[in-house]
Formats: sequence, C-alpha cells, structure tokens
Amino acid sequence: MTGFLIEILQVLVVLIGAPVFVGWIRTLKCWTQSRSTAGILQPYRDILKLFHKDIMLAENASWIFRFTPYLVFGVSVLAAGIIPILSVDLPLAKTADVIALIALFAIARFFIALAGMDIGTAFGGMGSSREMMIASLAEPAMLMAIFTVSLISQSTSLSQIPHVIAYGDFILRPSMAFALLAFILITLAETGRIPVDNPATHLELTMIHEAMILEYSGKHLALIEWAGMMKLFLFTAIGIVAFFPWGIAPSDNMAAIPLALFLMIIKFAVVGTGIVLIETGLAKMRIFRVSEFLGSAFLFATLGMLSYFILE
Amino acid sequence: MILPPFVYIFISFICFFTAIILPLFVSSQRLLISITYTLSAIASLITAAIGAWVVASGFVGSVIIPVGLPDLPFHLRFDPLAGFFLTVIGLLSFFVSIYSIGYLKGFIGKRPVTSLVIFYNLFIAGMFLVVLADDALFFMIVWEAMALSSYFLVMFEDEKAENRRAAFLYLVVAHIGAIAILLSFGVMAGLTTGIESQDSSVNLASYTFESMRHTQFSEGWATAAFLLAFFGFAAKAGVVPLHVWLPEAHPVAPSNVSALMSGVMLKTAIYGIIRVTFDLLRVFPWWWGAVVLIFGLISTIMGVLYALMQHDLKKLLAYHSVENIGIILIGIGLALIFTSFHMPILAALALIAGLYHTLNHAMFKGLLFMGAGAVLHSTHERNMEEMGGLIHKMPWTAALFLIGCVSISALPPFNGFVSEWLIFQAFLLSPSLHSPLLNLLIPLGAAILALAAALAAACFVKAFGVTFLGHWRGHRNPPLHPPFYKGGKGGLEVDWFMRTGMILAAFTCLILGILPTMFLEWMDVLSETLVGGRISTTAGAFGWLWLTPVSHERASYSGVIVFGVILLVVAVTYLLLHARRTSIHRTPLWDCGFEKITHRMQYNATSFSMPIRRIFGFLFNVKEQVRIKQTQRHPAFPERLHYHLRIRDRFWNWIYQPISDLSFWVSRKVGRLQQGRIQVYLVYSFITIIVLLLFFR
Repeated sequence: MTGFLIEILQVLVVLIGAPVFVGWIRTLKCWTQSRSTAGILQPYRDILKLFHKDIMLAENASWIFRFTPYLVFGVSVLAAGIIPILSVDLPLAKTADVIALIALFAIARFFIALAGMDIGTAFGGMGSSREMMIASLAEPAMLMAIFTVSLISQSTSLSQIPHVIAYGDFILRPSMAFALLAFILITLAETGRIPVDNPATHLELTMIHEAMILEYSGKHLALIEWAGMMKLFLFTAIGIVAFFPWGIAPSDNMAAIPLALFLMIIKFAVVGTGIVLIETGLAKMRIFRVSEFLGSAFLFATLGMLSYFILE
Repeated sequence: MILPPFVYIFISFICFFTAIILPLFVSSQRLLISITYTLSAIASLITAAIGAWVVASGFVGSVIIPVGLPDLPFHLRFDPLAGFFLTVIGLLSFFVSIYSIGYLKGFIGKRPVTSLVIFYNLFIAGMFLVVLADDALFFMIVWEAMALSSYFLVMFEDEKAENRRAAFLYLVVAHIGAIAILLSFGVMAGLTTGIESQDSSVNLASYTFESMRHTQFSEGWATAAFLLAFFGFAAKAGVVPLHVWLPEAHPVAPSNVSALMSGVMLKTAIYGIIRVTFDLLRVFPWWWGAVVLIFGLISTIMGVLYALMQHDLKKLLAYHSVENIGIILIGIGLALIFTSFHMPILAALALIAGLYHTLNHAMFKGLLFMGAGAVLHSTHERNMEEMGGLIHKMPWTAALFLIGCVSISALPPFNGFVSEWLIFQAFLLSPSLHSPLLNLLIPLGAAILALAAALAAACFVKAFGVTFLGHWRGHRNPPLHPPFYKGGKGGLEVDWFMRTGMILAAFTCLILGILPTMFLEWMDVLSETLVGGRISTTAGAFGWLWLTPVSHERASYSGVIVFGVILLVVAVTYLLLHARRTSIHRTPLWDCGFEKITHRMQYNATSFSMPIRRIFGFLFNVKEQVRIKQTQRHPAFPERLHYHLRIRDRFWNWIYQPISDLSFWVSRKVGRLQQGRIQVYLVYSFITIIVLLLFFR
C-alpha cells in the first residue's frame, strides 16, 4: 500500500517539481546575465494562464493535432511513475525498463512531429524534419550510454541500477565516465537546450522544437509546455538514477522518503546550475554541426561500452 | 497414413484449386472476385488455424504423396516450425484476401482480373507448400511455383515498361537464388546415404530432409551447403546487396500482392535459413552466426536509409522490408552464435525474438501495404510529393495506416517494439564470448539497431505526415477540391472489405504488442525443438501482464500497463479540460505576415529527409542540380527554379552493372556463332559429332 502512496507522491513531485526546475534554471540564467528575474514560480503562472485560454485551432488541423497534447502529457505522467526518483521500489517500476522508457519518449516525439506536419505550414514541417533528424542521431547514442550502465548493473531495469551502483561496492569505472559524458551531451539535445536548440527563441529559422508547436494555443499549449518541462525533469532524473543514485530510498519505506526528497532537490539544484553554466558558456550551433555533436556523443558511448568489454 | 492436420490442409487446397479453375466457369468478373477471394480467405484461415494448433500441440507428422516422378514421391511434414510459418502466412493471407475483394473492384472495367485471381491463389498455395515440403525435390518445385506465380503477379499491369523491367529483374535474381539453393540441397543430398531399415515403409531416399537430419556432415561440406543456402535465401529475402529487385518489384505489383510479397513471401526465405541451419545441418561454427549477423546489420541500416530517400510510398515500404528482414536476421544470427557457444537460453531468446519479429513484420507490413493500396485505389497516386491531407478524406485508412507506422517504428505499445526490445535484450545479455570479433560486433550491432529504429521513426513521420497530413500538395488536383477539409468528410474512403482487412491486421498488431507473453508461450516449442532452450518459464513468470525474459531483475516490460495508463491519463486530462465548456475556434493559418502562402510551400518528402540525406549522403550516389531560369528584370528575382535530385543505389554500379555488362558481352560473342544459314549449323553438328567420336569412343 505504501508503495502506491509513494508512487502517487512521486508523480505529484514530478508534476509540481518540473516547472520549479525550469524556473530555477531561468532564474539562474538571469542572474548570470545580469537581468532581473521573473521569479522561480513564473512557469506556473505561464501554464495557469494558458489553461484559462481558449483553443485556437488552424482550419486544417485534424484529430492528430488535437490528440497529441494529451498523448504527450500522458506519456510524461507514465514515465514519471516508472523512473525511480524517490524510491526504487515502485509498483509501476517494472512496467518499462530503460529501453522501453526511451521508446516512450520516442512515441511522444513521433506524435509531436506529426502534429507539426498536420497544419501544412513550412515551419511545422521544418521543425518536424529537424527534430526527427536530431532524434535519430540522439536515440542510438542514448541507448549506447544506457547500455554501458546496464552492462555494469546486469540489468536494463532502472530500479536495479541503484542496487549495484549505490548499494554495492563503490568502484571507479572508466566506462561510466564515458557514458556520463555521452549522456550529458544527449540530454542537451533531447530536451532541446543550447547548444542544439534554444528553448527561448522564436526566430523562425533557428527554432526546432518551437517550430513544431508553433500553431498550438491555449490548453493544448499548456499541456505541451508542461510535458516539455517534465521531460527535462525526467531526463535529469534518469541521469541521476544511472550515475548518481545515492540517496534514492531502497525500499518502499515511508521514513526514507523525506531524506530522498531532500537529496533529490539538492541534486536537481546542482544539475540546474550545470545546465545554466553550459548554456551561458556556449552559443547555439548551426543545425548541421549537430550531427558532429551527437556523433561525438555516440563515440563516447561506444568507447564506454568497449572499455567495459576490454577493461572490466 | 493420413493424419488429421493433413485433412484440413487438403480441404484448404481444394479451396485454392477451386479458386484457380473457377475462371473457366464464371464469366462475370465481379462475381469471380467475390467467390475466389472468399475461397482463398477461407483456405488461408483454415491453414493458419492448423498451423497455430501444430505449434501449440508440438505435433510432428509426415505424409508421403506418391505423385511426381517414379520413385521420387513428394514428402510433406508438419512440425512446429512449419506450423509457425503456416500461421504467419495464413493469417496475413486471410486479411489480404478480404481486402482484395474490395481492392480488385478498382480494376473492373479497366482490365480483366482473371490472371490476378489465378496466380494469387497459386502464389499462396505455393507458399504453404514451401513450408510443408519435406524433400529437396518438392521444395524446389513449389519454390519455383511461388516465384513464377509472383512473377506473373508483378507483371499484372504489363503495359508499363517499368513493370516489365522490375519483373524481369525479379525473375533473374529469384533464379540465381534458386540455383544456389538447389546446389546447397545437392551438396547435402550427395553426402546423405538415405535411411534403409527392415521395415520397407520407412525407406527414405537421400533427397528427403528427414535423411539429411540423420546425417553428420563434415564441416567443410556443411559450410559449403550453408553458404550456398544463405546466398540463395538471401536473394529471395532481399538482403543487401541482393536487394535491388525488391524495391522495383514490390511497388509495381497490385497492392494486395505487394502486401503478401513483402509481408510473407520474404518470410519463406527466413524459413529456409532456419530450416537449413537449425534443422538440417544442426552443428555449426560460430562464424556462420557472425556472417548472418553482419548481413543482417548491413541490411537493417541500408534498408532504412534507402527508405528515407524515397518519395514513392510503396517503394519506401519495400525498402523497409529490407530493413526488417535485416532485423530478423540479426535475431537469427545471434541465435546461431549463442547456439554454437552452447548457451541455449540466450539462443532461445534471440531466435524467438527473430521469429516474433517475423510474425510482427508480416502483420504491420501487410497493413501498411494495404493502406498504401487504399491510397493508390482512391487517388491513383504513388508519389508522396503529390499527396497530403488525406486524413480528412480517408479517416479510416489514415488511422489504420498510422497504427502500422507506429508499429513499424518500434514504438510501444504496439508489436514492433516488443520484438525489437527482445533483440536488444539478447544483445545486452550476451556475455563476453571467446572471440574478439564478436565482442566488438555485438555492442556495435546494438548501436546499429538503435540507429535503425530511430531512423525508421523519422521515415514514418515522413511517410504518414506527407501522405495524410497537411494540405494536398499535388499539381494535378482531380480527386480533391482545394478546401477539402471543409465538409464532405471521408469522401475518398475505401469500402468495407478493404477496411475490414486493414482493421483485422491493425488489431492483431495491437494484440501482439500488449499481450506478448501469451504468444511467446505459444512459440516456446519452437525454441525447444530448434535450439534446446526455452524462455517462457521466465518470460511469463509474473503472469500474462509482465514480459520478463530471463529474469525480472534483468528487464521487464508490460504493454498492457503502458497502453492502459496512457489511455487513462489521456482520458482524465481530456475530461478535466473539457469539464467546463471549452470553446475551440477554427482560424486560418498563421502565415508570418506573408500573405501568399500556398500548398506547394509545405514540407514534402524530399525536403523532410534533406537533413538526413546531408548526413548520410556519402552512402548514396546523390546528384543534385539546381537550375535557375532568369528573367530580364533582376538576378535576385528568378522566374523559375528547377530542382533536380537523383539518388541511386551504389550497389547497382558496384555489383549489378558489371555483371550485366559482362553477360551482354558474352552473349554478343556467343551470338557470332549464329549465322542464320543452315549450312553453318550443319557444319557445327558435324564438328560436334567428330569431336564426340574422338573423345568418347
């Protein structure tokens, strides 16, 4: 029973925490750029405002366009219930291992890309085309990074990975270092951050993710934005589970949850700072440089895997 | 002795036979289509059911039919492997036969469909018999029957030069493959002594598979037999670099036939590879597996990249068959490797993954070709650049085609994901093997499979997005009026026969995706008999809900929960947001202040794949030309811009062109012998007789 309580708690943490995480990143970014901030809670206000607005639908929009926001949101909520963020002993954890989890994000992306093409403007198609190009390069690199971790833990199940890495003997592994490096590069690409995509831009020729969702408005946009924030949060969570799982409660014991929550907040704050440092230090790349960026991520992940087979 | 399953097979063949001779008696084309395709649907369903029963019960039985040449009777045999393939072929043939009733009506009044009816039934019957054949002679006969009937099906619309060329290419490659298979059987039969026992009824000649099963082949001869068989079956399956016929022949055949050719005919080659390696030769070194794995990986990645470059909907699907055959071969290759290292559980996992993908691919590829056929039926268009917005006019077809797209892109909760997931597990579970090459190949293989899966998703966003979404892109505009999203919904939808065929296939895709444990348990006997391991004890250890190959700590997946939770969240969110009456306003497009936005400005198939073409372009022979037509006014305002893009298969120039040139050259040289004068030919005969007398006195 406590398992289910923790499950619900965790989904709520993701739903509520994701906008705060984004707010935290934006606030930090403002500080580094000497701008005044809108506050850490601004993403909530944005989402709330959008939920109160009517939906403006393009004339040509089909049911795919209307269905996509709900699907994307549903996938994010499901993923929030699977990834061990507070405890590794979740009732839903067995629903999908990490390969299936990446495929879940892939289905969300598949439908967003379709929605981008549904309207029939050049921007939507452009966004879809570029997004699918980036995804098709990022996804194998992502899987390779995850495979390296799962070879070490002998499992692709996310809830098993902490058992080996956090609760087992601590060993410094070169393969993990390569995998982590690859994972960071891919997370930047998958969640649409600088240097691959700029979440703040609305300049037509440079945007990728924003181009696909350009025609969304009102409640639909609110769902998509919220799901996007959750995606960033969840990818960070996957990284934490795979590489820094210390602190995640090893059982469904309620008493361990406060500590797990506290450590989670600290880890997310640190990750957010890291993202801001990367984003402030780098400029957005040209779209055709992305292949080199993701190619190097893929190379790192493959090196990690090879070093596991050769050294360990 | 005739056994009950053979009785049912006999009944189903009576149906096929009736359907084949019926055109003699029925003159009305409309009636002919309905009756014959109903018959083939019934026959296919019976065979599928029998196949499923054979797999479920693990039945093994054979029968000898005393027809054919004297002393060379035909042998038929049921075993779980044959049963499985009967199910795959039968099930898809059942769906496609229902679909065909509607599809063929499009030909009425344009051309006689009699040849299509006859060869269609012959083709399905041939595929069934290939799987059932238990001797080399009968196998080759039905293999040829299948190849020839499909040749005539590809040639159905023979007034187009493109079709004749494709069919000829298909015939050539199929026969080169058939020669290799024949030689492989020759090697095996030559080393087999046959079984003689006291009871004269079980005497087996050396050409039967049963006697090959009881022979221990030396490694050198076994390798020769394997390489020949692999080459021959690879030519049929469209493995790169023997794939060139496939994207030519599949698109030009009528769509119901392309569905069968892509969905199940290629699978008979997979059947052949499994039969020869695991059943007839039985003992093999690990590098056979590596060969199969490497060709599988090359086909997977090249297939999907070629598919991305296509703008012909059916050609795109045909190239995806190359990709999926590659994925199946990856599973089989891994199974061969693990078997040779004596790891039965892992071998079972890889083999079952490959076979499950065989079943899945038959279903979703059949569905996609039926969908493409529906589009072709309604718009008379195969070129995606001329399509768009069909979701408004063909809502059923669009939704069903979408299910096919999601399945083939390996996205949960549909079936393509489950089999690819199982193959990933087989990759990841493989321990360090005693071969540096394999230790390098296996991680790399996992990466290539991941890349292919992601590229496939990109390709099907393109295929669905360009065909069904947006606005109509075409120059030619007969079927649709410009604002066709207003009113007249479903104006181009196909009839219920075609829809039923597609709905059944789509439903099977979903069931195979969310309840894999049930089917894996059903297929358990296959891995048990072929590699001596089973996975269902662990795969279904947590009940039908959870798929846990090897152990639940290693990996788990539950399609039901993924499907259920997403559906639940979608429903709840929708209801919450629409609890209060939400108004949805329909507005015109935002055109960035540019007022003359036209439908030609949409992204199309070529522009969609441009980023990927730029990254992987070095693998193709790409020729890009831009020609600007100037006017007198100003160079900055060209009047017209011609963009010409030609993408060619490098393999064509590397392999096929030299061979084709060489054979023409040889033919020309040989042709000089033919003078056309009777005296010269008499001299030839005379010289031949002299030479024969000299040497063979």
